[in-house]
Order: sequence, then structure tokens, then C-alpha cells
Amino acid sequence: MGAAPEIHPRPAAADRRDLAWWVDKSVAILVFTGGISAIVFILGIFVFITKEGFGFIFGSLDIGGFFGSTKWRPTSTPPTYGILALLAGTASVTGLAMLIAVPFSLGAAIYIAEFAKGKTREVLKVLVEMLAAIPSVVWGFIGLMVMNPLIINAFDVPVGLCVLNSGVILGLMAAPIMTTIAEDALKAVPDTYREAAEAMGATRWQIVWKVVLPAAKTGLVAAVLLGVGRGFGETMAVLMASGHSVNLPTSVFDSVRALTATIAAELGETSVGSDHYRVLFTLGILLFVVTFAINLTADLIVRGIRKK
Amino acid sequence: MAKDAPAIRTERLNLYYGEFQALFDVDLAVKPGIITALIGPSGCGKTTLLRCVNRINERLGYVRTTGRIEVMGEDIYAPGVELAQVRKHIGMVFQRPNPLPLPIRDNILFGHRIHREGPRVRRAEEDRIVESALREVLLWDTVKDRLDRKATSLSLEEQQKLCIARLLPLKPKVLLMDEPCSALDPKATQTVEEMLWELRGAYTILIVTHNMAQARRASDECVFMLMGKLIEHGPTDDMFVTPRDSRTADYIEGRYG
Ligand SMILES: Nc1ncnc2c1ncn2[C@@H]1O[C@H](COP(=O)(O)OP(=O)(O)OP(=O)(O)O)[C@@H](O)[C@H]1O
Ligand SMILES: [Mg+2]
Repeated sequence: MGAAPEIHPRPAAADRRDLAWWVDKSVAILVFTGGISAIVFILGIFVFITKEGFGFIFGSLDIGGFFGSTKWRPTSTPPTYGILALLAGTASVTGLAMLIAVPFSLGAAIYIAEFAKGKTREVLKVLVEMLAAIPSVVWGFIGLMVMNPLIINAFDVPVGLCVLNSGVILGLMAAPIMTTIAEDALKAVPDTYREAAEAMGATRWQIVWKVVLPAAKTGLVAAVLLGVGRGFGETMAVLMASGHSVNLPTSVFDSVRALTATIAAELGETSVGSDHYRVLFTLGILLFVVTFAINLTADLIVRGIRKK
Repeated sequence: MAKDAPAIRTERLNLYYGEFQALFDVDLAVKPGIITALIGPSGCGKTTLLRCVNRINERLGYVRTTGRIEVMGEDIYAPGVELAQVRKHIGMVFQRPNPLPLPIRDNILFGHRIHREGPRVRRAEEDRIVESALREVLLWDTVKDRLDRKATSLSLEEQQKLCIARLLPLKPKVLLMDEPCSALDPKATQTVEEMLWELRGAYTILIVTHNMAQARRASDECVFMLMGKLIEHGPTDDMFVTPRDSRTADYIEGRYG
């Protein structure tokens, strides 16, 4: 060997900015802008809605009449804004939807997570995801064109656009997401629990009932809550399948009108800034608060699971 | 069944994980009422053999077994055998303590409840079952005031004792244990060993261990396995002093991993 070997190769200039540096910087800026604008948009929407909605709340709201009256007559003179019937419409449709969706989706989730194997399981999962991807207007269409004549014929009633129709449609719509989330909750139960129970001679159903379901309880509640939130906020399908008439329902064959559908149907026909225009925003706030509360609860529950 | 008939007997037992053969013609006879240790280097098939005895291996869809296993004289692979009944009499303790995420009390009563025939037993009767199971594993005094707490809140040592205790209400004939102390510190290991020694006699215990000292201290007989084959089986004292097979000697002296 000749000259003294270079033990420490000279470091590259410490301030060199290569391509990777520029890529990194620009991606960081892009992501930051994306994130910030999402927040800005949400705040913007929130400000817009509250400005209009609170305008009504502080201007002409009479709380007792608003929540206590079934008379939603924004176009008569003088107009009355009672949302009790709308609330009842939303509640009855969502309630029926959950009655249908909860057992179906929990059943499906249990089957997929605990009993189905290999191909069957994969196919079922894809099917459930495909169901979740059906646009809500298509569901509304099914309500109008399929369920409506079906109900008229089966129950011998004059109209088939009613609580039953929209409840079934909404239940079918909410089921896929509930199934997916419930299945995740079941999957999150460690297999060692199942193994322990199986080694003690528990049957598969005993394992599901006594070990897996209790362990996944909170996740399942979250799944149900998210389904409720979905049903509560759904507009198009309910608008098409519920009959859209203001009504305190006394049977599942009564037509009803939902909060969401009211906003969708009436907002285009009001003059900007009028009381009617603003009261629709108040309904928006109400929906927002309720769905927010539901989602927040579900989220807190799910977080609770993760921490354990 | 003759008085000294083996509690567990395997005959030409072969096991395949898919294409891979993990056990080769294993013939084993485990005597009742004593502690038999299963030793051998990592991957030699100890866990696999143990998990054949209650057929929990079959959780994996791709496992295939040939040969015969009798537990207390009964062929557990016979057609028409109900797995739930087989497993009721054969308790298993796992490497990682795996209590169910239920209160301590419900953990102990779990097996009892799933196998109960007829109406629900009275609370006093359940209390008695819980107490006697916990006493048997020397855990009663430590947990008697917190039976309603989640079992997962216990220390690992307590959890592992609980996992043994929950088997006892079913009055199992055989207890299978797969390195039950490997997750425990030396002191906890010692107390669990002492407890096992207490259980000796009432139950036939087959225990897998990696720990030579433990096998030597806490077993009556020893089974040495290598690469899926049973190499040697005899009284622990003899095996550790005068092993018959040179491979056993090599292993005991630490020449395998
Ligand atoms: N589920 C499985 N699928 C495929 N091969 C497996 C499976 N479990 C174990 N094996 C293989 O079978 C052989 C025996 O494994 P086993 O777990 O019984 O060994 P072991 O003696 O218990 O080892 P250790 O002391 O590490 O626990 C090993 O070669 C292992 O790779
Ligand atoms: Mg092992």
C-alpha cells in the first residue's frame, strides 16, 4: 500500500440539497395544505350553517312550539314550524331500520368472523363491501319501484311508501357498514381466548356466546351506534321511500317525513334569508349535533377498546 | 381398566402439518398419577405431541394424524367420539397464561358451566367450587377478596395458577402443560412447581419443559424427543444419571441447543 489510506472518507457537503430533499419538502407542504384546507372547509361549513341556523334560533324560535308541535307548515300564513312530526319520522324510520339491521349485521359478522372458512369468507366479505358501495339513490329507487308495489300487494294498503318501506331500505343500507365494523371487533378478540375455551371442551357456539361476544362487546356497540348515525343522516333513500308526508306515524304503513328529507326537498324553494330558509339550517344544526354525538360516542368506545 | 394401565398411550402416532411430518411413529405410555416431563431441543415436536392428546391440534385445518391415542383406556380418535367430552377430562395449560377476559370467579366456573347438565347450581355451590379450585392451586388467600376483578389484572404467576385452577372443577384425569413457567420469573416458577407437586397423585401430569433443571426437580419420569421421534423414556433420576441413549446424554449435557 502506498499513501496512507483514507480512514474517514470526506463527508459530503453538509448543506447539499439533493432531489430527495426537494421531494420531501414539497410533499410535506402538499400534505400540510391538504390537512389544513380540510379543517378550514369544515370550519367554513360550520360557520355558514350556524350563522343561518342561529339567526332563526335567536330571531323567531319558540322552543315549545318548535319541538312540541306537529305542524310543519312553512308556506301557510302565518307559517308554523313544528318539527315533532319530522323528529318522529326520522326516529321511527331509523328505529325500524336498526331493528332490522342489528340482528342481521351481527349475525353476518359472527358468521363471517367465527364460522365461515377460506373461500366462503372471502366471497362474503367482498359481497358485504359491494353492498356498502351501492349509492343511496339506488336504494331509494328500489324503495320506490320494488318495495312499494310489494307492500301494496302484500298488505293490501293504498300506498307502499311508508315507515316500513324506508325502514327496510335504510336497514339494508346500514347493515354492510355495521357488519364490517362488527366483524373487525370480533377479529380483534385474541385467538388465545378461543383456544383456551376450546381446550376446555366448549362448543363453537359456546365460545362465541360466552367468550367472543363479551370480549368484543364495546366494539359491537360502536358498530351499532355508527349504523344509527348512518340511518339518522341518510337523506335520499328516505326521501324516496318514506312517502314524505308530515305525519305522526301510528303504524308502519303510515307515510312520514324525515328531517333530512325536509331540508333536501325544501331548501331549493325558499328565498335566501327568509325564516323558512333559516329554519332549515336550524334543522341542519340539530342533525349535526345528534350525528356528532353518536359518532363521538362510537369513537370514544372504539378508543376505549384500543387502550385495553 | 387395569390398575396400572397407562393414563395416556400413543401407538405409532404420526402427525403431518400439511406436507411436513412433525411426529414419527411415537409410542408412548404415560403412567397415571405422576408427573412426566417432555424434554428435547426446540422444534423436536414436544408441543405437537402434547396438543395431540386433547386433539386441539385440529384447530388447524391442515393437520393430519395417523395412529392411535388412548386416554384412560379410551381411544380418543375413534369415530363418534365427542371432542367436547374428550376435552372435559383432559385439561390443558398453555405457554402464555391465557385467562379469559372475565372476572376471576367466572374463569373458574367457565368449564363447570359449559359442561353442566341440568339446571343452574346454586350460588353457594358455585362459591364452594371456586374456593376449592383456588385452594388447590394455593391461590385462594391471595385472591379471595377480589373474585370479581378481571382475571387479566392478575400477575402472570397468578394468571397461570388460575389457568390451572379453572381446569380442576371438571375433575380432569390428565393435565397437559406446555412450558407453563416459561413466561414466569424464577421465583414464580418455583411456586408453580411446588403447586404442581401438590397436585401430583390426584392428576396425571404431562409437562413440556425447556428447562433441564426443572425437569430434573419436578418430574417423576422423563421423555426425551428428537426430531419428531421419541428417543428415551424412563424415571427422571435414571435418565439424568445414566441415560441409555447417547443422544439423550448429549442433550442433557447441553450439547444441543
Ligand atoms: N402450525 C404449524 N404448522 C406447520 N409446522 C409447524 C406448526 N407448528 C409446529 N410446526 C413444526 O413442527 C415441528 C415441531 O414443532 P413443535 O412446536 O411441536 O416443537 P417444540 O418441541 O414444541 O419446540 P419448542 O421447544 O420451540 O416449543 C417444528 O419443526 C415446527 O416448525
Ligand atoms: Mg413448544
